[in-house]
Order: sequence, then structure tokens, then C-alpha cells
Amino acid sequence: MSGPPKPPIFLQRQNYRQRRVRDAARFLPFLGAILWALPLTWAHDPEAAQIGSAGLIYIFGVWVLLIVLAAFLASRIRADPPPGSAEDPHT
Amino acid sequence: MMSFNALIIVALCYVTMLFAVAFWAERRAAEGRAGFLQSPWIYTLSISIYCTAWTFYGAVGYAARSGLEFVTIYLGPTLVMVGWWWVLRRLVRIGRAQRITSIADLISSRFGKSTMLGMIVTVISVIAGTPYIALQLQSVTLSFAVFAQVEGVTWQTAELNASAMWVAVGLAVFTILFGTRNLDANERHNGIVMAIAVEAVVKLLALVAVGVFVVWGIAGGPTQMLERIDSSEIVLWEQNGSRWISLIFLSGAAFLCLPRMFQVLVVENTDERHLHVASWAFPLYLFLMSLFVVPIAVIGLDLLPAGSNPDLFVLTVPLHQGQGGLAVLSFLGGLSSATSMVIVATIALATMVSNHIVVPIWLNRQANQHAMFSGDIRSVTLLARRLSIAAILALGFLYYRMSGGGTALAAIGLISFTGAVQILPAMLGGLFWRAATGIGAGAGLLTGLLVWMWTLFLPSFGVDAFISQAVMDNGIIGISWLRPQALFGISGMDPLVHGIMWSMILNTAMFVLFSLVTFPAPLERLQGAQFVNVFDHSTAARAWTAAAAGAEDLLIMSQRIIGSVKSQEIFEQEAIAQGKPGFLPEVTPAFIERLERELAGSVGAATSHAMIGQLIGGSSVSVEDLIAVADEAAQILEYSNRLEAKSAEQERTARALRDANTKLTALSIQKDAFLSQISHELRTPMTSIRSFSEIIGDGNMPQDTLNRYAGIIHDEAIRLTRLLDDLLDLSVLENGQVVLHEQTGKLGASLDRAVGAAGLHDGVLTVLRDESAEDITLTTDLDRLVQVFINLIANARKYCNADDPTLQIRVTRQSGKVHVDFIDNGSGISPENQELIFEKFSRVADQGKAGGAGLGLAICREIMMRLGGEVLYLPLEKGAAFRVILRTVETEAALEKT
Repeated sequence: MSGPPKPPIFLQRQNYRQRRVRDAARFLPFLGAILWALPLTWAHDPEAAQIGSAGLIYIFGVWVLLIVLAAFLASRIRADPPPGSAEDPHT
Repeated sequence: MMSFNALIIVALCYVTMLFAVAFWAERRAAEGRAGFLQSPWIYTLSISIYCTAWTFYGAVGYAARSGLEFVTIYLGPTLVMVGWWWVLRRLVRIGRAQRITSIADLISSRFGKSTMLGMIVTVISVIAGTPYIALQLQSVTLSFAVFAQVEGVTWQTAELNASAMWVAVGLAVFTILFGTRNLDANERHNGIVMAIAVEAVVKLLALVAVGVFVVWGIAGGPTQMLERIDSSEIVLWEQNGSRWISLIFLSGAAFLCLPRMFQVLVVENTDERHLHVASWAFPLYLFLMSLFVVPIAVIGLDLLPAGSNPDLFVLTVPLHQGQGGLAVLSFLGGLSSATSMVIVATIALATMVSNHIVVPIWLNRQANQHAMFSGDIRSVTLLARRLSIAAILALGFLYYRMSGGGTALAAIGLISFTGAVQILPAMLGGLFWRAATGIGAGAGLLTGLLVWMWTLFLPSFGVDAFISQAVMDNGIIGISWLRPQALFGISGMDPLVHGIMWSMILNTAMFVLFSLVTFPAPLERLQGAQFVNVFDHSTAARAWTAAAAGAEDLLIMSQRIIGSVKSQEIFEQEAIAQGKPGFLPEVTPAFIERLERELAGSVGAATSHAMIGQLIGGSSVSVEDLIAVADEAAQILEYSNRLEAKSAEQERTARALRDANTKLTALSIQKDAFLSQISHELRTPMTSIRSFSEIIGDGNMPQDTLNRYAGIIHDEAIRLTRLLDDLLDLSVLENGQVVLHEQTGKLGASLDRAVGAAGLHDGVLTVLRDESAEDITLTTDLDRLVQVFINLIANARKYCNADDPTLQIRVTRQSGKVHVDFIDNGSGISPENQELIFEKFSRVADQGKAGGAGLGLAICREIMMRLGGEVLYLPLEKGAAFRVILRTVETEAALEKT
């Protein structure tokens, strides 16, 4: 008996792109988490100079970046066809 | 300045408008024109109930006190939302596939439709949710008080309580009216969703309006605003990292686990694709909600007298500046935030209470009484849901009264979050880990609940309310490592971070540990596979194997739950699908499963499963069934693989047959061509022989003419004989009947023989040879080889059309083979003829010169095949070039070895 049918290893260019878009969607929250964890390296010594509005701008800048990236990916990503429908690649 | 009474009227008008919007949406949906109501934008706006009054008013206060830390509450949900591909997509798909009604239903359904787990999650959610509802009542009440203050009336406790009560009553009425119209909790509450979408817009507009007024109206522009922030006393960044990270985690986790968020994200979702838009639009909403928080806080601290409550800056800053209209807008924004959150939270909690606590208990008590009638469970559930809504709001109000509405309440927001987040390990474990068991989930949930109560919830009521100072300092019964804010002796941590860390660690540890050591029930394994593999479309085991119940019993039971109209509709549809309209459908396992899912959309998976189980007689799935299904799937797979292999083999056979047929057809055509060719070839000399012999037979001719005619007859007879010899030779060769006489000799000697025999005595063709290269010993049928050589040399003599015809015979050794090339200096053979020359009767040049039947090269090819070599035409040489390839060197090597 040969094992269960395996999904194809190599894809057409279009499907390949789609998978990479999905990968990017998976990576996005980690990018956000890392960028927003950076403030941890800022000095929090009360004697030291305050970060002030620069910190504010940084946090909100990262936010805008994430929104733009998420919007871009959302526009590129294809919805999974509902199970059982004609477009469903598994049926 | 607007009077307080006017404010009340505005508020009432606003609420009336919300009622109208909800009614309108419900009517539209009922008429089947819900298209616009089901847009991704409405979905996104409905998620914004995450931003409650606590964040609407409280964020500014938070920023005034702790700087940027307020933003963590928004960063967590942003990360969850942009990472929707991981968890949310999965949750939404499962929610729709399993008709999940609440987060308690999700946990219960995942772990074998357990009633107990549903109850535990419900209890956790109610305990964690009530303070939050109280917080909303407080916000609305305080905002009323601010306007009363403006009129010079300072509200006392009595007035505050009264207003809180009226707000609670109003909310209860609205929620009951629109939240319990359908029993099917899985169906969308169109009216409510529309109302909260409108409220989402109002609160965003309100906060942005105040923000714009502060930045451009007071500070004078963004640049000046940033300067004011820098010079302000506000400390933007002073915290330690543990709080920053913990709060981002906490808010993200709460975003998934809060019952109200689960309600709008999963239960009210009508289309998975809405997540695509919400994934960026909701972060944008959060961004806009928090953009002006710091500016408002800074300006508030600057302008208002010291000691003002920073939690109300959103209201008091516009009022201080004499912007009454803006203040009213801001008030409506706060009201919107509070009401939308309370409405959805109470619906979610009431669904959980009715489905997972009231109905199971009621059914349990009813078990032996046969007092059932159509729709009785339906009415009990609806009543339970309505009473639960009222009870939860009453609880919130009581909590507000008891806590005194002071700052203690404000601190409870994050503590409430931490309580809700205790569901996270069981939820994520259930989504991604098939081996997670119900006992593990229960152990984790209870442990988390206990640790949370001990470290955060009970201490939040203040010292000596539930936990005495002595216990805080020394731990319970003197065990110091059980101190509520220093578990295991780790002291000095921020109490909140301490509580989050320990509750999550112990919760997860217990969940994993008990999952590892226990064995899941069959139904649990089935559900686990369906949840974890929700995106694979594999053959799922049926939860029901045998159907001992009659269709009538099932119909009666489903009428009890969802009423007669809807259940008859379901049964009719099934009957039509089974091809017997007008009758009751067959009770197949598939139908039972579908019915169970329909009922689960109303009363939850656990109750629905239990009721069907009662009827069917407990013939639910067993371990053996699961294994059988797995076996069956494997067998089907193997069978299909075998079929595939077989069909591939048949394909190959068919192709071989087709090829054979093509070859046969070609052969038959060839044979016909051969026959006609051969008869033509035989006929030509025969014709001349016959006619000349007839002439001779007539007599009367001179001797020399007679001799000439006899000579022609002789020549033609020779030609015939040669032709017949060739044909015989070819037939013998083709049929493999030829006997080879192996001899050993020199290649040079063979070539000598060939050149000698080829009739070159007339000097027409010059032959160029390299004697030294020809010194190769061959073991093969040399006579046959010479025949090939003669043929090639004779061809060159016949067909070479150069003025001074020359034939070069070149011998080379190449990778164990000997190449003998015959290259003349003529014009060669045209490419289209190169393929034909080895065929029988193919003659390229004009027939007169050839004098042969065109069999020579065909014979050469056959001979070389027999000798294990080849003869080819070399297309790249200048003239006609043939290469004879001999495999004799190997034989020679083999001979040397032996």
C-alpha cells in the first residue's frame, strides 16, 4: 500500500504567491510583538532623560505600519472556499 | 450651557434612536433584506464593544496616572487581530461548523460536550464579568454627576445609586427585548448588532472630536501639542518591562476569552471573510480611539484644578472650555461605550447561564416526570435567558453598590480581564492539541480560578474585606509561601503581574499534566479531531452509530426545544432530501447528527447531546466505533490507491495495445507497398525477357541482333537473380534465420577484400585509407562485414557526383567501439531523404544509374544489427558519409581476459 495521497510539493506561481501571502499574514503579529517590545530597552531610570513624545510617536508609528501591512495582506489573501463547494480543492 | 434636564432628554432621545435602529434592523432582516447588515464593516464596528466606558473615560485617566501603559490595552487586541490567521480564523470556522453559542459552549463542546465544563466556564465568566458591568454603570452614573455638578448640584450616594439603577433597568429592557427574540443563540441578533455598530461610530466620533478640539482648539496644532506633552508633568515611560509585556498579553488574551468578545467575534459572525476586513479595520479603530488619549490627559492636567478626576477629563475638559455641545457628544460617546458593552455582555452571559446551568438542572429535575409538551424547553430556556439578563444586571448593580463606586472599582478592570483569561489555556489547547482532555481542561480552569481569586480577586475588595492583613503578610494558616501577593515566596512583584503569571502558569501546568495522564472519552476524541482538524475535510466519525429511536420521538423532542414550526421544517427538509416528501424521514445517523447540531444552536452542545442520547438509548459513539471508522478510512484509502494503481496499469496496457495496433497498421501498409514494389521490380526484367524471347522465337533475324537480344535476356535474368538473391538474403536476415560464422581477422584485410571486390578497377573512384588505424583485430562474421563494406563502397562509386570522386575510409576507436566511416566528396544526401535510405526499395538518385533494387542499405542495416553493431548516415559531413559501428573491441578485451 502506498501511503495517503500527498499534496503536491511544487505549486504553480499563483498558488505559490498565495501561500507566501498567508505566511506573511502568519508572521505579521510576531513583527508587531517584537517592534512593540522594543520600548523595554528604553531607559526607565527616573533620573535619566524622558523619552517623551518620541516614544509616543514610535508606538503609534508601529501601529500605522501594522494596519497598512494587514490591509495589504487582507486585500491579497484569498478566502478559503467553504467546505464542500465546487472551488474546494480538497473535494 | 445645557441644563441637566436637557441632557436627560438628549440621552433619552439617543436611546430611543437606538431602539428605532434596532427595530429597523430586525425588520429588515426578517424581510430577508439583511445584506447591508451583514457587511464586514458592521462586523468590525460590532467588535468595537471591546472599547467600553472604562476605556472611553478610563484610558485618559490611565494615561494621566501611568503614561503610555494605557496603550497596552489596545496593543494586545491589535496583535490578535492582525494575527487572525492563527486563532480567529480557526475559532470562527469551528463556531460555524459546530453552531457554538458561547465560549462556555465552545469549551464544553470541544471536551466531549461536557455539562460540567460548561458550568465551570460560565461561573468563571460571571464572576469575572459582573465587576466589569458594575464599572460601566459607574461610568455612566459619574458622567451624569458631572453634568449635575455643572448646575451646582453635587450628587450624593443616593442620587448616584438611583441613576445607576435606572441605567441598569433600561439596559435590561433593551437587552431582553432584542437579545432574546430568537432562541437560537447561534443566529445573529441583527437589531443589537446594528445598534452597537451605531454606538461604535458615536463613541469614535465623540472621542476624536474631543481630541481634535484639544489638539487644534487648545494646544494650537500637533507640533505645539507634542511640545506640551514633553514639557508636561505626565511621565510617559516609567514602568518596568514586566507590566508592559504582561498587559499586552493580558489584553490580547482577554480579547479572545471575554464572553462578549467571543459573542461578537464568533457567534455573531455571518461570514468568515469579514475577518479579512476586520483584521486591519479594527486595529485602525483602536488606533483612532487611543490617538488622542495622551493629548487629552496632558491638557486636562494642565487646565483643570489639581485633584480633578482624570477619569472624566473627556467630559470635563470640553465643559471647562465652555464647549457644551462637545461635552454632550462626549457624554453620548461614554453612554454608547457603556451600553453596548453591557448589552452584549449580558446576552453572552445569559446564554451561558441558561444553556449551561439552568436548563441542565431543570432537565435533570424533570427527568422522571412525563409532563412534556411542545416548546416547553424552549419557553424554559427563553425565560431563563430573560431572567439571567435581569439577574446579571442586578448583580452588576449590587456589586456597584457594595463596592461603593470608588476607585477600588476602577482597579478591577484588569483583574476582571485576568479572570476571563483563565479560559485561554483550555481554549487554545482545545484548538491545537488533540490530546487535550476534559479532565485536563477542568483541572486547569479550576486551578486558574482558584489562583486568580486568591491572588487578585479577593484582595481587590481591600484589606480585611475577605482577606485580612495578617493573611496578606503571613499567608494562610501561617504558610508564608501562600501569601496572596507573594506566592511561593516570590515577593516584590507587581501584584497584577504576579497574579497573571502564577494563574496562567499553574492553570496551564494542570491542564497539560491532567491531559497527559488521563484518557479522553470517545466523544471527546471525536470532537477533538473535529476541532483541531477543522480545515481538513477528512472523513469524520459519526457521533451516533445506531438509531434506536423513531422519527416521531425525535420530532416530539425537537419540538420541545425549538418549537413545532421550526422542527417540522427541519424534518420536512430531511424527508425531501431522503426522497420521501410528506412522510417522516428515516432516522439515519447523519440525520441525528444534523438535528443535534440544530438543537445545539439553541440550547448548547451538551444539553442537545444529552437529550438525544436519552432518546436513542445512549448508543453513542464508542472507542471501537472510532477505531472502526479509522480502519474504514484506511481501507477506503487503500482501496482507492489500489484502484489508482490498477487504472494506471490499464492505462499502460491500453497504450501498449494502441502502439501495437499502430505498428501493425503500418506494417500492413508496408507489406502492401512491398508487394506492389516487388511485383514492379520483378515485372520490369520479366517484361523485357518475355518480349525479347518472343522476338527471338519469331526467327528471321541476323546473328548479331540475335546475340544482342540473347545478351539482354541474359542480363535481365542476372538482374532478376540478383534481385531474388537480395530478397532472400533480406528475408533471412529479417527473420533472424541467418547463421553467423565467426572468424577472427584484421579490419584492414577485410577492407582490402571489400575494395577489391567493389569493382573499382575502372579507376572511377579513388579510395583514401589509413593503414595504421586499420590494424584492429576483429572477431565477427567477416564475410558479412565485407558485404556491408562492399555495398557502401559500391554506393559511393555509383552515386558520388563529384568531378574527381574520392572515398575516404576513416577508422577511429571510440569508447570501446570501432567506427569505420565511409565519406565521399559528392553532394551527399538531402536531409529529407536521409531517413529513407535504409528502407527497402528506396532509391534516392535516378534509377538508370543505380541499377539496383534499393535493397543494399536495408541489407546492410540488417547485417549490422545481427553483428551487434550499427550503420548510420552521418549528416554533418560534406559528402555522403556512412558510419559502421562495430562492437568488437569488447569481445577482444573479453577474449584477452579469458
